[in-house]
Amino acid sequence: MQTLRYDIAAPRAAGGTRTIALVGVVASGNLEVLLERGGPADRCTIEIATTAQGFDDLWAAVTADVVAARGGGGLRIAINDGGARPDTVALRLAQGIRLIEEPVA
Amino acid sequence: MFGYDQAMRDWNSKQAARTARIEAGSRFATGKLVAPADLTSFLEAILNPGDRVCLEGDNQKQADVLARALAAVDPAQVHDLHMVQSGVVLPEHLDLFDSGIAKRLDFSYSGPQSARIAKMLFGGKIELGAVHTYLELFARYFIDLTPQVALIAAVSADRDGNLYTGPNTEDTPTVVEATSFGNGLVVAQVGEIVDKVPRVDIPGDQVHFLVDAAKPFYVEPLFTRDPAAITETQILTAMLAIKGLYQPYGIRRLNHGIGFNTAAIELLLPTYGERLGLKGKVCTHWALNPHPTLIPAIEAGWVEQVHCFGSEVGMEDYLRARPDIFFTGPDGSLRSNRAFCQTAGLYACDMFIGSTLQIDLAGHSSTVTTNRIAGFGGAPNMGSDARGRRHPSEPWLRAGAEADPDGPAPLRRGRKLVVQIGETFGDGNTPMFVERLAALDLAEKLDLDLAPVMVYGDDVTHIVTEEGIANLLLCRTKDEREQAIRGVAGYTEVGRGRDKAMVETLRARKIIQRPQDLGIDPLDADRSLLAAHSIKDLMLASGGLYRPPSRFRNW
Repeated sequence: MQTLRYDIAAPRAAGGTRTIALVGVVASGNLEVLLERGGPADRCTIEIATTAQGFDDLWAAVTADVVAARGGGGLRIAINDGGARPDTVALRLAQGIRLIEEPVA
Repeated sequence: MFGYDQAMRDWNSKQAARTARIEAGSRFATGKLVAPADLTSFLEAILNPGDRVCLEGDNQKQADVLARALAAVDPAQVHDLHMVQSGVVLPEHLDLFDSGIAKRLDFSYSGPQSARIAKMLFGGKIELGAVHTYLELFARYFIDLTPQVALIAAVSADRDGNLYTGPNTEDTPTVVEATSFGNGLVVAQVGEIVDKVPRVDIPGDQVHFLVDAAKPFYVEPLFTRDPAAITETQILTAMLAIKGLYQPYGIRRLNHGIGFNTAAIELLLPTYGERLGLKGKVCTHWALNPHPTLIPAIEAGWVEQVHCFGSEVGMEDYLRARPDIFFTGPDGSLRSNRAFCQTAGLYACDMFIGSTLQIDLAGHSSTVTTNRIAGFGGAPNMGSDARGRRHPSEPWLRAGAEADPDGPAPLRRGRKLVVQIGETFGDGNTPMFVERLAALDLAEKLDLDLAPVMVYGDDVTHIVTEEGIANLLLCRTKDEREQAIRGVAGYTEVGRGRDKAMVETLRARKIIQRPQDLGIDPLDADRSLLAAHSIKDLMLASGGLYRPPSRFRNW
């Protein structure tokens, strides 16, 4: 198991008032994404726990692209990875940001 | 006369050879009927060393009893056979080469035996003729690979040898036509002997011997995709294909591959497709096996007609109950025919869309990995432009105009849309995009003249991934083409090696279209869009007519 940490400049702060959001599951080829509020509004920090070695530059590229496209400033994101492919990682991160921005019912 | 003594030439040697085979075989037969216990001795009697033999096996149905009997013949008597068959699927098909009964092989598809066949080719156990596409091998049955003996499979026979092949007719008429009229011998294994067959698929005078296997031939459910296994990314690629290709080109006549991406398209037609107002405008006429995942679209009234290469296990009753849609016989059951359906897919369809394992920078695609030779299924013929086509259709003309906008319209060829669809990374995080196809390494290792390429780059018109659609018809240079491919290759090394500025230029010219360019939010790619979420849903959608094989019943 290795832990990767990224502190990414976010183009905008995450909207909404939900304090926490969880998407995905830890399963083979999938991942669990926990999003919480915290940190500066123009930064998004992402911490990834993964067993798959040697994909650091892929994680860096995928997380940077998602934050550039979807914002997510002021969020602390924790990921438990089950060996997900980059398309699944990007999708779950985007789903997580959308969920925490949803109005509270 | 003419310096040639015609009196010396024997014009009947092939018929004489067949007569000799019939006489030798008749020692083990009552009429045409060979007792199962005598089958191996019978085969030793009718076969000669070096014979060209078609042991019917294709990607679905198998003459399994004949295969086992042939594998048991004495190699001292029967050896060095030249096997010419579309499918190398059963272990016995390769056991023949291990024991020396067979020596040379011309085939098309080897799905489940792909690893072993590669090993045997590397080890020199098999002398390889060529790996063919289906139509190509069938064509050679009539030119230079006519079988001297065909060992085929049918559902039932009467005592005259009239055969009922049922829904899985597949290759049989083609094999029998070539063998029987080429003066070869036809032996059929049948599930039962009956007084009268439900319909005559093969006339009895083309069949020389029968063996009552007392059980149905083996059939592999190859075209069943469980909706439960379809991912959100596959749904996204399906949405892109429907909105970015089916809608603008107005694709009515088409063939789908067997991957999960195209299964997702089938399941999105009654939901996403309906919302786009495409019912009746796309996907009305098909060259397709009876995919269970097409049931919801058929039930929702999308589909007018489907012609099938083969059948699919569990679909028999459903097909029988929908004769307006499927080709059926007087007995009510499906009539499939691989040669005709391949021809239909090649000449009468405007689009082929399928998945692959590897695509290179020129757009060549291959399902060969270094240690597996799976051969070709239907994709190479479906996924190629038919240069002999002359009838116009809107999608075909439009694609032709995109490829050659300046050419004079009346002299311009149309183009079939040949679409490769998939996720940028496959199973085990293996990239779909590569700098060099593994097929090239294989060709080198086996000293082949040709690398086994599934779809050639110059036939591919579009590539669809979760990152977008690349339209290769609109590319004008080799460089543009390469960047268009890199531009949808996602986070693979090929994708990350893109020229970002050039990719943006291509996007401005609509050579690359991103999901957002098509008004698609990847977050909308949700499993709730699927018209069925499980095999059970498919069964329910069919009104209980679809009977899934037990391995797919998980409820």
